[in-house]
Amino acid sequence: MSRKKKIQIALTVNGRNHELCVRPNAVLLHTLRELGYTDVKNGCEIGECGACAVLMNGQAVNSCMVLTIQADGVEIVTNAGLGTTGRPHPIQEAFADAGAVQCGFCTPGMVISAKALLDRNPDPSEEEIRVGLSGNLCRCTGYGQIVSAVHLAAERLRELASRPSSSQDKERQETAPAEGISSHEVCD
Amino acid sequence: MLPAFEVRRPGTLAEALKLLTIMPQATPIAGGTNLLVDIRSGRLTPNFVVDLARIEELCCIHREGNELSIGGAVTLARLLEDPVIRQTAPILAEMARSFANVLIRNRATVGGNLANAAPCADSAAALLVLDADVELASAERTRRVPLSDFFVRPFETVRQSNELLTAVRFSIPSRRTASRFEKVGLRKISCMAKVDIAVAVTIDEVSVCQRARIALGAASPIAIRATDAEATLEGQKPNEAAVDKAASLAAESIAPRTGSEYKRQVVGALARRLLKAALEDATA
Repeated sequence: MSRKKKIQIALTVNGRNHELCVRPNAVLLHTLRELGYTDVKNGCEIGECGACAVLMNGQAVNSCMVLTIQADGVEIVTNAGLGTTGRPHPIQEAFADAGAVQCGFCTPGMVISAKALLDRNPDPSEEEIRVGLSGNLCRCTGYGQIVSAVHLAAERLRELASRPSSSQDKERQETAPAEGISSHEVCD
Repeated sequence: MLPAFEVRRPGTLAEALKLLTIMPQATPIAGGTNLLVDIRSGRLTPNFVVDLARIEELCCIHREGNELSIGGAVTLARLLEDPVIRQTAPILAEMARSFANVLIRNRATVGGNLANAAPCADSAAALLVLDADVELASAERTRRVPLSDFFVRPFETVRQSNELLTAVRFSIPSRRTASRFEKVGLRKISCMAKVDIAVAVTIDEVSVCQRARIALGAASPIAIRATDAEATLEGQKPNEAAVDKAASLAAESIAPRTGSEYKRQVVGALARRLLKAALEDATA
């Protein structure tokens, strides 16, 4: 395995730069978890469940279906990149307030899909929310609360956006402070 | 952990085609939504994977005169949103809406969906009613193959190992053309097709049907056109009896491996419903 030539790549995760030397067969899901982004969950590994969803240049994708080398030069945002426990993103806050987190395993992926949806459609109908989250499975089956959470988040984000003085707050909310250090690894 | 393989990341189409000439056993990867599942399951065991992600030529949608060309690496998400597609070939946006789910659509590509040649590939039926050709390029030449000749059997196409599916091309349907697409699966969304059906009809100013297309996916080992059914509609002013006749011919045309009675009934009923709707639209 180690005889396969490793490849040098660079990517950004939640605002941190990572220079990595990766195996050609490395999968983005595993790379992210190995880097410590364990909020990206490993569910089915066949693109069915959405627990591993991340934003890749703003688009929600299953990280289990991306080779790490395909993320070279790409900007990744995970659930933890949207907010922290102390400063949650309005979507994360809405999930907590609406009781949309049961076992919690699907939540990071759900939040990512909700973020991608609301970025494009700030006022989605219930149908549009269900379609927007259609790649994410919740085995606790708490879909009702999850849909309510996205409605609530949409409402709050619209309100934030309409307040002229809030743009700075919003920006702070949108980007969590970068903790930890970026990695720098060079292939031989 | 995936089995080990080597990767090449060509920056241009020419480089990619050269690589496929030198290493005909190499497997191209675009969105990876089929390939990574197949590698993980052991169905495919490539030694070399050629990543097409950096090849911009494969990501374009462009119009040349009356012809539309969709690059092989254009995603299903793009088909759903692209204004040119929505205006010139809305059936592709309709198909993309029912394709898997948002997360998959953001990665899955048109070329990958066709070249993988799963019997339930949703894009096949929709592109068949557009009389689309696939463009297959190798380092030596580029050829065009009608999509209706592209599929050989499940998961096998006429694409040679040194060729890439670089684009899908078709003539933009006239303004008097109306089309419909419907997918039947176990759920409304995020499911594999039990049946895909696409219809397109062109009606002239004296209400005669100039062109009829009916294509069926997931209902036979490969996606097919129901040519007998199409012929009963062409050259006449289709009335209800003609639509019924076409629908039952469409139902007879399929060769499903399993659930044949169910699929025949679905195809018959949907062909009737979609043809009626499309004929109304085209006449309006």
